[in-house]
Amino acid sequence: MKTLSRIYTALVFMFLYAPIAVLLLYSFNSSTSTIVFNGFSLQWYKTLFADGSTLHALYNTLLLAVCSSVIATVLGTAASVGIEKLRKGALRSAITATTNIPMMNPEIVTGVSMMLLFVFIGRILRINAVLGFGTMLIAHITFNLPYVILTVLPKLRQTDKNLAEAAMDLGCKPGSAFFKVVLPAISPGIITGLIMAFTLSLDDFIISYFTSGPGFQTLPIVIFSMTKKRVKPDMYALSAIIFVSILILLILYNIAQVKSEEKSRKRH
Amino acid sequence: MKRLFSVFFALITMLLPLSVAFAASDSEIEALRGTTLYVYNWGEYISDGADGAIDVNAEFTKKYGIKVVYDTYDNNEVMYSKLKSGGVSYDVVIPSDYMIERMISEDMLEKIDFDNIPNFSYIPEKYRNLDYDPTGEYSVPYTVSYVGLIYNSKMVEEAPESWTALWDERYTNNILMFNNPRDAFAIAQSILGQDYNMDTEEGWRVAAALLKEQKSVNPVYVNDEVFLKMESGEAALAPYYVGDYYLMKENNDDLAFVYPKEGVNYFVDAACILKGAKNKLAAELYLNFLNEPDIALANAEYICYGSPNSAVYDNPDYEYYEDELLYPEEGAFKTQLFTNLPPKILALESTLWDDVKNYNATGSSYRSLFFGENTSASIDNGEAFTSETIKYGICIGVFLLAVIAFVVFRAVQKRRREKY
Amino acid sequence: MNRRSSLNSKLTVSPYIIWAALFIIAPLFFVVYYSFTTSAGDFTLENVQALSKYLPTFLRSIWFGIEATLICLIIAFPTAYIIAQKTDKIQRTMVMLVMLPMWMSFLIRTYSWMAILQDTGIINTFLTKLGIHPVHMINTGGAVILGMVYNFLPYMILPIYSVMAKLDYSMVEACQDLGGNRLTVIRKCIIPLSLPGIVSGVTMVFVPSVSTFYISQKLGGGSFDLIGDVIERQFQQSYNYNLGAALSLVLMILILISMAFMNKFSDEGEIVI
Repeated sequence: MKTLSRIYTALVFMFLYAPIAVLLLYSFNSSTSTIVFNGFSLQWYKTLFADGSTLHALYNTLLLAVCSSVIATVLGTAASVGIEKLRKGALRSAITATTNIPMMNPEIVTGVSMMLLFVFIGRILRINAVLGFGTMLIAHITFNLPYVILTVLPKLRQTDKNLAEAAMDLGCKPGSAFFKVVLPAISPGIITGLIMAFTLSLDDFIISYFTSGPGFQTLPIVIFSMTKKRVKPDMYALSAIIFVSILILLILYNIAQVKSEEKSRKRH
Repeated sequence: MKRLFSVFFALITMLLPLSVAFAASDSEIEALRGTTLYVYNWGEYISDGADGAIDVNAEFTKKYGIKVVYDTYDNNEVMYSKLKSGGVSYDVVIPSDYMIERMISEDMLEKIDFDNIPNFSYIPEKYRNLDYDPTGEYSVPYTVSYVGLIYNSKMVEEAPESWTALWDERYTNNILMFNNPRDAFAIAQSILGQDYNMDTEEGWRVAAALLKEQKSVNPVYVNDEVFLKMESGEAALAPYYVGDYYLMKENNDDLAFVYPKEGVNYFVDAACILKGAKNKLAAELYLNFLNEPDIALANAEYICYGSPNSAVYDNPDYEYYEDELLYPEEGAFKTQLFTNLPPKILALESTLWDDVKNYNATGSSYRSLFFGENTSASIDNGEAFTSETIKYGICIGVFLLAVIAFVVFRAVQKRRREKY
Repeated sequence: MNRRSSLNSKLTVSPYIIWAALFIIAPLFFVVYYSFTTSAGDFTLENVQALSKYLPTFLRSIWFGIEATLICLIIAFPTAYIIAQKTDKIQRTMVMLVMLPMWMSFLIRTYSWMAILQDTGIINTFLTKLGIHPVHMINTGGAVILGMVYNFLPYMILPIYSVMAKLDYSMVEACQDLGGNRLTVIRKCIIPLSLPGIVSGVTMVFVPSVSTFYISQKLGGGSFDLIGDVIERQFQQSYNYNLGAALSLVLMILILISMAFMNKFSDEGEIVI
């Protein structure tokens, strides 16, 4: 049974990582092809760093992901605290239902509907270039919010409601009671929400595609616009770099966590 | 050697004061320092500094101190939709011929002050005032090229000469086709001897019928995947742009190219300035800059399409100097330009294309749902099309029934349990 | 005390309410508005009538979505179960490994699947070397479904795992003690207990599968138009916002109906992550 489960896990991970292996391989290709391997070379990594526009797109992608996930986390955490305290009723169920909409709604519908809204607002306010960083940020925050709320809410439910009250009885103002007592208790949920939002924002193509504007193209949009010409291995090289750096970050994070766990164990 | 030459050339142009005079004074140009220019171009359509070539946008910024915000799109229609929605504003765009005509007719383009584009003198008469811009006030040609038939000489029995090779049943499953309506229809229209720009609905329907007929060879509709599939020998025949053929050939020597005898589409992508451009003078500087001999050369070699700039195609150091595919003799084969279609025809083209795409999708064998050989489709007036629909309908119905049965079963079980 | 805290809650939730009204609810009205108007802004039912032509596309999208979701479920459930059995440290690492591919653009990942699945691709080269007859995979419906399964599998594994990780194992043990064999334990105990995770996993896979538009173009060879492809074409290429909006509206209603149906399964109406 044990070996069976091992083999099974290995197969699943092989499936998940097969295209990434291919991508790593072809990023070292010496020709312009992403299908015919002509020999080993580092030229695409060189090209990548010589080409400012790709790096700029990467910068845009990261900027958007960081901004949208942070804002969504703050807004979403505040909202969950509010929702948790709301009495059961029409307002509460309306809010929960609304929260589910961006998650349930197909991305393409969200993207399209947001574009229609922005264009309409642009026409009313007579801004002739409404699409851009701002609209993409709004769109990303909007689809990130539900994920944050739905990771924070359960954590809030798990925390003891008397905690905050106790803190307030001990002389804390409601604000500081929240920051000193409740926030630490729900922080795992917040962090999960933040990571989730960041990941979704980073990976999003469809919504960005409909809401992007001049001067702010994210990486997926740049890749998609190569549809008439071709995707060259420099894009693979970029993906490879992203992959390896995240892998290293994760390993470091894991090591750090193991160490801190050991420390706390020793303390006890 | 060539690289040396271009570096040398770049040096000279930088050292010498501008040899040709602008209408705009130096102080006006100087005043643009620190401003921003918004450029919207096709993806992978400008020399970007890879492999030691010139990074055109960076050079422009270096020369004039004007920042270039450079965005890319994947086809004319996407660009048009983005601009038309009113959500975006750019200064310079580089659409294709028919789209330029459409944009002129919808008053989306600004007249260019050619006094500010002295390098326009490099553009010969034959590329000026073409049908899409008859007065020549709105556009500066950027690339000129042709569509043709790329084939893998190892996979075809004899070298094709006609577009009908794309309908040849011997190459079933090995045929690629354009995944955009205009180019796909143009091929059918060539075979039928029709005008690409005809405005009779009946003609378009006939062309659509021919495209539907092609389904019997199971064509794969592609954009950029054509590179992958031709380079790896996955497909035998593909219509695509001649410049891209050279890029593919670098990776697969078996590939060959032919201009089919029925005639091909000849296209011009040209730089234009958008109405309401905030930085018009900078846009004109940019258009002029694109036609600097060294810049135009770098772009021509990067993009691999024909250049309308005589300083490029008359330059013996140019990689494709006197290349007979990129610069074929005039009248060697029939060519047609696209022009803007009236809205009614455009709408028809769009629905007909949807019909073609959905017609009898990849045979009608159920096995094609899973991995399996695709039985080649039979053409029986859309019979299979409905049978495919019925098949999916039945599948979904059965699934829903199963789910409902399960739910009912559980509910009954639960009630029974509660009884005890 | 109570008054103060309820005031506070209104205060913290109100920015979200405003945000939701502006950017979640309002855009939906535009979809409805565009669906029933002509490009000049007059009321029309033409867009809705034109939809009947797209019935085959809708059916195909739904069926592919169902298949992809079921396959994801079959793959993800044991995976999540296996991960949940490991020690905390290994669990963390494995979850991260499941999420990691999502950090690279799905366009690029889908693109590289082409190199794997082609007739001259990696799998078939391998098969030929082994002397096995190559299998035609690319440009079939199966390849499209595979692309969907690949891209959305993590969305199935993660929610199921997070429910399983929190499972009360005393319940499972109780079940075993009552004489259940392995299969009964899974069927009677683990599946019902992890139902909320399954429900949200199914939602998170089914919805994007039905509406995706890049995968079918690349892996299906352009012959398996899904509804997402059609919507994208209407908006970005044909500049027909009205028909596009009508298609989006139908897609949205369809999804909402199936989700309402799904939620009947789980006792909790909310989704867990």
